[in-house]
Amino acid sequence: MTEDRKVAGTSARRVDGVAKVTGAARYTVDLSVPGMAYASVVRSTRAHARIANIDTAAAAASPGVLRVLTGQDLLTAGLIPYYGHVVLDHPVLAIERVRFHGEPVALVVAETRREAAEAAELVDVAYDELPAVIDADDALKTDAPILHEQRGERVGDEGMDQGEGGLVGNVCAIARVGWGDVDAAFKKAHLVLEGEYRYPKLYGYAMEPYNALAFFDQGDLVVYSSAQHVYMVRRDLARMFHLPLARVRVSAPYVGGGYGTKSYTKVEGMTAAAAHFTGRPVKLDLSVEEAILTTRSASARIRARSAFSADGLLLARDFEIVMNAGAYTDNTPLVNSKTANRCFGPYRIPALRVVARSMFTNTVPSSSLRGFGAPQGNIAGELQMDEAAAKLGIDPVELRMRNIVGPGEEFMPGKRPLDADLKDDLRCLASALEWPGGTIGRSIGLGVSASDAGAYPTSTAAVRIHSDTSVTLFTGSTELGQGSRTVLSQIVAEEMGLPLGSVGVVSGDTGVVTYERTTGASRTTTITGRAVQEACRDARRRVRELAAQTLEVPLAEIEDTAGGIRARGRELSYGEVIERWFGAGGEVLGHGAVRRAEGFAMMPPFYEIGCSGLELSVDRETGQVHITKLTTVGDVGFAINPSLVHGQDAGAAMMGLGAALHEELVYDGEQLANPNVVDYRVPRFSDLPDQVIHLLAERRDGSGPYGAKGAGEGAGNTIGGSVASAIGRLIGVFPHELPATPERVWQLMRQAEKKD
Amino acid sequence: MGRREIHLRLNGGDRRVEVEDQTLLIELVRGVGLIGTKLSCDMQVCGACTVLLDGRPVSSCTTLAIEADGKPVETIEGLADGAKLHPLQEAFIERFAFQCGYCTPGIIVTAKALLDADPEPGAERVRQWMEGNICRCTGYQTIVDAVLDAAEQLRSAR
Repeated sequence: MTEDRKVAGTSARRVDGVAKVTGAARYTVDLSVPGMAYASVVRSTRAHARIANIDTAAAAASPGVLRVLTGQDLLTAGLIPYYGHVVLDHPVLAIERVRFHGEPVALVVAETRREAAEAAELVDVAYDELPAVIDADDALKTDAPILHEQRGERVGDEGMDQGEGGLVGNVCAIARVGWGDVDAAFKKAHLVLEGEYRYPKLYGYAMEPYNALAFFDQGDLVVYSSAQHVYMVRRDLARMFHLPLARVRVSAPYVGGGYGTKSYTKVEGMTAAAAHFTGRPVKLDLSVEEAILTTRSASARIRARSAFSADGLLLARDFEIVMNAGAYTDNTPLVNSKTANRCFGPYRIPALRVVARSMFTNTVPSSSLRGFGAPQGNIAGELQMDEAAAKLGIDPVELRMRNIVGPGEEFMPGKRPLDADLKDDLRCLASALEWPGGTIGRSIGLGVSASDAGAYPTSTAAVRIHSDTSVTLFTGSTELGQGSRTVLSQIVAEEMGLPLGSVGVVSGDTGVVTYERTTGASRTTTITGRAVQEACRDARRRVRELAAQTLEVPLAEIEDTAGGIRARGRELSYGEVIERWFGAGGEVLGHGAVRRAEGFAMMPPFYEIGCSGLELSVDRETGQVHITKLTTVGDVGFAINPSLVHGQDAGAAMMGLGAALHEELVYDGEQLANPNVVDYRVPRFSDLPDQVIHLLAERRDGSGPYGAKGAGEGAGNTIGGSVASAIGRLIGVFPHELPATPERVWQLMRQAEKKD
Repeated sequence: MGRREIHLRLNGGDRRVEVEDQTLLIELVRGVGLIGTKLSCDMQVCGACTVLLDGRPVSSCTTLAIEADGKPVETIEGLADGAKLHPLQEAFIERFAFQCGYCTPGIIVTAKALLDADPEPGAERVRQWMEGNICRCTGYQTIVDAVLDAAEQLRSAR
C-alpha cells in the first residue's frame, strides 16, 4: 500500500553525502597501489595515414622508462588488440594505420608520471598520409576515402547491434523506421514544411577524465576504472587477454561524472596491456584534452518534412538523417537507431519514413551522451511543430495537443504502448511557464519527447541479511552521481522494513557484485530497482523458511513484519531468526533477477519522458540569449527520491542549454580547434536561468518499483528545440542550427530584417 | 632542478614538505594524502582544484608548491571539525547540491572563502563569486541555495 511506505517516496539524504562533501570519496583517479608505474599515450598527429615506422629507441632509453608499447606488440603477443561492444574494430593502440588526429599510437610506461610524459615526446612515428574525410556528407560521396575496407567482426549483441546489415563504403550504421503511404499523404496535405536542421558534436565533460589502474593478481586481471558499464568492460578485457570472465575483475569506485560518456571501454585495454607487458601495476590518467580525443557525441544533419491538414493534424513525416560517427563503431549503431526512433516525436503519425545513416569519418569516435540521439532528432521534429503552428495560425501547445499520443496508445508498431500522460504533462508545463507569456521582449519555447529507453532489461541483484538485522545490497550498477546507491538503498529499506541506516551498498565491482548489463539509458531505478525488489523478496522468503524450521511452525503460518517475522504471536527480527537457525552467527542471501519477460517482455522497458521549456530574451545588439525561466516536468511514474529526480532534471536541462547556446566541438581542417574547456564552453554559474522550476508528474505508470520509470535524460532532450523555437518566435526566424551562438542569432536577426 | 623544504600551515597543522621547484600545489596536497582536491581542466578554469592559500581561493593546478612556503593552506579536508561538518557541508547535503561530487571540494572551498569575506551575500553575489567553478551535474541552483543556507546558519550561530 502506498500509504504504508516509509522510505520510498522521501527525499532521504544521499548515502554518499558525507564522503562527497568532506573530500573523502575515492574515485579511480585517487587510487594507487605499491609498485605502481605510470603510462602516457603517444597520439597520432595525422587524421588518416599508414604508419610507416614507429621508432621507440629514444623513448625506451629515456630515464625511468619500463616499456614502450605499440599495437604490433599486442598482436605479436597473441592478444586480441581490438575492442568494441558491437563491432570489434577499435584498436587498443593503432595497428598499421591511424584514422583520426589524436588516436593512440603508442604507450610509454615509466616509473613516474613525468618520466612517462617526457619519454612519450621521444617516440618518433613516420606516417604515409592518406586522404582524410572529416565531414559526414563528404563521407557519403562515392569517391570518399574509405576508413574500413575490411569490417570488424560483429559481436552479436541483440540489445546494442541495431540497424541494417550489408553496410558498404563509410556507412557505419543505417536505421529505417516507417509505416503508411508517405508520398500519398504529402500529396494531399494542406501544409508541407521542409527544412534542414543541424545539431553539433558535443563533449560531455565528465570532470574526472578517463583513467584506469590495472594489475595482474595471481593471473587474474584486476582493473579499477572510471567506467559506467563495468560488465561491458569486463567482456572486452576477457576477450583481449583470452581470460574467462571469472578471471577479470573490473571495479568502478565513485565515478566523477558519466552522462553516457563513460559507457563502454575507453582506456582500460591500454592500461591492462601496460600491466601485462611490464608485470607492474600501471596507472593511466588522461588529461581533459585527451578525454576529448577519446569520445564525443555524434553531430547530425537532418532533412525533415512534415505534412499537416488545415486543422493542424499531422498526416506524414519524412526524415533523412546523416550523423558523424567518427573513426570507429563504438556505440553508433544504437545511437543511430535511437535517433531514428526519437526524431518524429510522440505524435499520432499516419505515415512515417525515417532513414538514419551514421558515417565513418576521420574524427574522434562518437559514442553515447545523455539522451543519445534524442536531442539530435528532437530539434527537427519539435521545431517543425512550432513552424507549422506559426504557418497554420494555431497555438503551438494546442497543435501538439491535437496530435499527441495518449496513455496506453501504441505509437510505434510492435513497441510498448505509451506509459505516460503527455497531454497532462504538457498542460502542467504550459501552465508553469505561463504560456503563451506576454512579457515584451521575451518568448517561451517548449517541447515534448518520449524516448524508447535503450536499456535491455537484464539485471540481477543480491542482498545479504546479517545477524544484526542489517542488510548489504550488491549491485552491478555504478554510482555516477545520479544517486543509485541512495535510491537502491531506499528500495531495500522499503522492502525489508528497515531504516535506511541499516542498509549498506556494494556496487560496481564485477569481482564482488552481481551482473548488471549497463548503468545507462536511465535504467537503474526502473530495471535494477526491480531486481533489487526481487532479491529482497527472495531473502525474506528464505528467512520465513528458516523461521519455520527453527520454530517448528508450518511455513504458511509465518508472516512478514517490518524487519522480521511473526508466528503464533511471537515476533522475531531477521537477526534472531538467523542466529536461532545457525546457532551462532550466520546470514541469509537473497538473489533477484529480471529479464526480458513478464513486465519487461515488451520493448522498450519504459519510455523516458521529456517535457521541458523555457523563457528567454535576446540582446538585439549582440545576439546574446538570456534564459529567464527554465521549467521541467519530471514524468517519472513515482519519485522514489524526489530531490534526486529534480537533480537529474536540473542537470539534464542545463546540459541541454549548454548544447543549445554554446557547446560545439569544431574541426579546423583535420584536427579539433577547441579540445579544452576554455574554447569549448560548458555552462557556468552565470548561465543559471533567473528562475528554475522543477515539477513532478507521478501517476504510478512506470514498469519499475512502485510504478517508477527512468529519469536523467528526458529533461534535456527538448531543450535545444525549445531554445530554437523561443528565439524564432522572438526574432521572426527559427534557428535551424545549434548552438544558437550570439553570432548565429545576430545573423538571423539581420536575415529577419531583410525579410520584412 | 632544485629540491627544497618548505614550511606551511596545512589545515591548521604545521608541516614541512620537501618539494621540487616545479612541484605544483595540487601535487603537494594530494601527495600528503589530501585527495579531496581534484584535478580536472588543468588550466585554471574549472575550479575543481581550488584550495585556500592565505585565505584566498587559488587553482592548485597552476600554483607552485613553493609559493605556499610560510603560508596557511586550507583544503576541503580542513573544514569539518572532527565528525562535525562545516555548515556549508551540511547545507550541501541537505540541498542535494552535488551529484558525482568531483567538483564539490573545490566548490565548497570557494564558497567558504566567500562566506569568510562576506557573511551576507545575496544570490547574485554567490553566482558571481562562484563563476570560476564548473559543476557539470547539478545545474547550479542547488549550490546557490546551499551557500545561502550556510551563510544564514553561520550568521545565526554567531
